[in-house]
Amino acid sequence: MALSITPGEKYGFFTDTSICIGCKACEVACKEWNGLQSDNTVFLADSFDNTGALDAQHWRHVKFIEQVADAPTSVGNGQAWLMMSDVCKHCEHASCMQVCPTGAIIRTEFDSVFIQQDVCNGCRNCISACPYSVIGFSSASGTAHKCTLCYDRLQNNMMPACAQACPTQSIQFGKVDDLRAVAAKRLDAVQAGGAKNAQLYGADDSVYGGLNAFFLLMDKPEAYALPNASNSVLPGRNNLFGYLAALVTAALAVIAGLVALRRRTEPRPAPAAPVTPDEPAEAPDSAERPPAEEPAPARGESRRRRRSS
Amino acid sequence: MPLPLLAEHFARPPDWGVWILLYFFFAGLAGGAYVIATLVRLRGGDGPVARTGYLLAFPCVLLCPIFLTVDLGQPLRFWHMMVNTSPGGLGLNFNTATPMSLGVWALLVFGFFTFVSFLAELGLLPFLRAGVALGTLFALVGSIFGLFIAGYTGVLLSVSNQPVWSDSPVLGGLFLASGMSGAAAAIWLLGGRRGPVAAGDFEGLEVAAAYFAVLELLLLLVFFITVAIAGSLGTALRLPWTLLWLLALIGMVLPLAGLGRRGVAVDRGGAAVLTGNATLVSVVVLVGVLALRAAVIGSAQ
Ligand code: SF4
Ligand code: SF4
Repeated sequence: MALSITPGEKYGFFTDTSICIGCKACEVACKEWNGLQSDNTVFLADSFDNTGALDAQHWRHVKFIEQVADAPTSVGNGQAWLMMSDVCKHCEHASCMQVCPTGAIIRTEFDSVFIQQDVCNGCRNCISACPYSVIGFSSASGTAHKCTLCYDRLQNNMMPACAQACPTQSIQFGKVDDLRAVAAKRLDAVQAGGAKNAQLYGADDSVYGGLNAFFLLMDKPEAYALPNASNSVLPGRNNLFGYLAALVTAALAVIAGLVALRRRTEPRPAPAAPVTPDEPAEAPDSAERPPAEEPAPARGESRRRRRSS
Repeated sequence: MPLPLLAEHFARPPDWGVWILLYFFFAGLAGGAYVIATLVRLRGGDGPVARTGYLLAFPCVLLCPIFLTVDLGQPLRFWHMMVNTSPGGLGLNFNTATPMSLGVWALLVFGFFTFVSFLAELGLLPFLRAGVALGTLFALVGSIFGLFIAGYTGVLLSVSNQPVWSDSPVLGGLFLASGMSGAAAAIWLLGGRRGPVAAGDFEGLEVAAAYFAVLELLLLLVFFITVAIAGSLGTALRLPWTLLWLLALIGMVLPLAGLGRRGVAVDRGGAAVLTGNATLVSVVVLVGVLALRAAVIGSAQ
């Protein structure tokens, strides 16, 4: 039966890391469908990872996290190899959208977060804001890039390429509410199987108001380099205090300036006799001499000032 | 409830480099120079300090959009900052959540004020000349934008999820104070180069520069405290940025140690002149202003 994708509904991913086998089919499918450049593959000496991170050319990235116990333990306990197919979270409260000055980042009719390539001017403000290090800058296009949730496929009733390619169904695509129900059941099953650290990440609104692409993790978020609930802060949090600090500084600077520049109106004694400065100035220009009512410092005063320093 | 300043960072650096550094530097100088000039005029001064301030602000502002545009990935789309080009998008972009959007508009408005004041200083707009009420009012309004331009660049960095930048809310204040210091030094260098000067004018500037330096030092202290609380002090102070922080510090301390006491001397004819020592201090202050911004921008990325 053909998939029916309805505009106005919330769509996203449920990525179940407990069944990810690290095959990277998602990475390849994403690259193929979206026409992303291939890599100059290098040996990263980081487990099975050879693409490094999400960026302008990698909209899916499989993380390999090796957790090896410090001391020997019994078989099956103490060693873990976490794998996670990472992607843009299509955050409900999206940091990237908050700071984009051109309005290039929009929320689509499927509730995904999308960068309009013909609007983006490559200022890179979104890159400094995305807390998941998702967005990359392409020097080829001069713009910012990230996962589009396969916007073009969605418009044609096709599921995103990564979800379609995933052989273990670690990546599931669907309506976010449906996926949340599936995820809750799966979490119960995984925990019942003994994985006590397993938890859902982004399925509720504790992280950036909820993530349309959320995860079942086998450890705490920090183990996967993901901000936890108390760290999920938006860049705009610093607007108020940032401007307030600048305002207070501005007020103090203006007062300081007004007080300091008042000095010039204080009467000073007229010059008693000429004196040579330590460092000779250029030839005097009589047209620019101080007016009579503003006499220059007296000889003695000037000498005192230099000696005391 | 989480502490607003405590954040673990996983954000990628935006690779803002030399163009943004130059923009921040000249924006600080432009805003500072305009405000100092206005303050001098408010106190009744009509000497080279105010004149130099107004003449300096406009060329500095003129450089700003050039640096900003060159830094863009798509320079020819610089106008997308102001005009919403999304299909069905309405009119102008004005995103109050990001200082980048507000800053572009403020730069445009401030550019207008600096241009008009520049013309007035050249004697082309007599109705705005010094001492005329309309001119004072015009400069006062322009100074509000000047203060904004000098400081918002710091707020722009804070409004991110980058380490160091987003760990302190005082970057805007710090950049503003440093912009005022830098502008005082630049006015000193440019306004005092041509022999005799109005001594009172420049003595006032010496003292103002010292006050601005005190403000900078206080804000730098608060900056380091807030960054330390967030756990990013190590990132901020790592090499080679330590050296730039030191340069910035020297640029803040020198006006307190030297500029305020050595700036003005008297020549054979009894006219006030600026000493070479003060000139040197001014150069160091300007280098410090640049180093501060380079340290902030670079250490976080
Ligand atoms: S993960 Fe990053 S790029 Fe994706 S929506 Fe959230 S803030 Fe934006
Ligand atoms: S780089 Fe593009 S998408 Fe990102 S903030 Fe700038 S204009 Fe918006």
